[in-house]
Amino acid sequence: MSVKTLKMDGKDLSAREGDTILQVAEENNIYIPTLCHLDGLADVGACRLCVVEIKGRRGFQPACSTVIEEGMEVVTNSETLQKYRRLILELLFVEGNHVCAVCVSNRHCDLQDLAVKVGMNYTRLAYRAPVRDMDLSHERFGFDGNRCVLCTRCVRVCDEIEGAHTWDVRGRGIEASVITDLDQPWGESLTCTSCGKCVQVCPTGALFQKGKSAAEMVKQATFVTYLKSMRESKK
Amino acid sequence: MITMATVWLDGCSGCHMSILDMDEYLIEIFKRATLVYSPLVDHKDFPEMVDLTLVEGAVSSTDDLAKIKKVRQHTKTLVALGDCAVTGNVPGMRSMFPVSAVMERAYVENADINPGAPTQKIPPLIARVRPVHQIVPVDLVVPGCPPSAKTIAYVLDRLIAGEPVDSAEIARFG
Repeated sequence: MSVKTLKMDGKDLSAREGDTILQVAEENNIYIPTLCHLDGLADVGACRLCVVEIKGRRGFQPACSTVIEEGMEVVTNSETLQKYRRLILELLFVEGNHVCAVCVSNRHCDLQDLAVKVGMNYTRLAYRAPVRDMDLSHERFGFDGNRCVLCTRCVRVCDEIEGAHTWDVRGRGIEASVITDLDQPWGESLTCTSCGKCVQVCPTGALFQKGKSAAEMVKQATFVTYLKSMRESKK
Repeated sequence: MITMATVWLDGCSGCHMSILDMDEYLIEIFKRATLVYSPLVDHKDFPEMVDLTLVEGAVSSTDDLAKIKKVRQHTKTLVALGDCAVTGNVPGMRSMFPVSAVMERAYVENADINPGAPTQKIPPLIARVRPVHQIVPVDLVVPGCPPSAKTIAYVLDRLIAGEPVDSAEIARFG
């Protein structure tokens, strides 16, 4: 494994070949906001919150899925990036129906925390107020499409870690949503093992455990990192 | 001494409860500000000009619309206080349905006696619930459901002293 050198926010850093910009940033205590990324799951660059600027390249690149190169010069935080990250959050908030006050994940929500970190305290865009489905057919878990940001963490954990692939995405663009099996009720799914991994990795209140109050619905997503590293080292 | 007002649009009055929750600190506030209009005091008409107005609640009815436009005209610094004023929040959850369906649900389906929407005294609902800043310019947003008494005290201290406030640092949704 060879070593690459690069510059991040003016600092000279060295990193392993094949690492992503996000991995290098985290190792060097440089904060880049993320939402769809979760250590242990394959990155898809769905949310675009982790976009960074790379000298000599047009536009913006997602830090989670851009691999470092020798001599790369990365800017992880600039006025332009702050502006776009704020706008992305505004778009996420107006796209669904995110009503923190009545959400079971209130105060344990990645989306809500990101609004604070990015300083998004109101949206300049009109709320869409879409009509979205709920699925409460599963015995232990519930799905509320109003709170889904389509990060696809549930899809990936179910496929990559549990190996069941119960979750997937249906539709395109604004019409897209996550589904269980062939868009059948979750409770009737033949593939779901009821392991609850999807619930634990969901960054918002879209997936939740039934019967839990907002104070109790604290999710633990770090098991994914643990399982992945144990499997890779075959322990 | 500055003049101060509070206004209650479509909200649960929780933000006003949070104002009251400042307890004895209200005395400190009112050494520097006079409350000239509020659901908590008895003045019936919004004064000619107010230095600082806090608005609780979303804009949901024709009455809210008229009220907030009048308040904006007669206020120097307008603060959207709480999630309903800033995002629409719980009152905004009816925006996904047509007004006729909302009225049907409230006054017919859920009625035990005399089913039927009121035809007088109640101001008509507007098609979609809107945050205050999408109707009139707002000088500061303070999210929270409700914002804590501590947050409100901080905001009032700064505004009364004429200092800038960045609520992104102290307040959050929910």
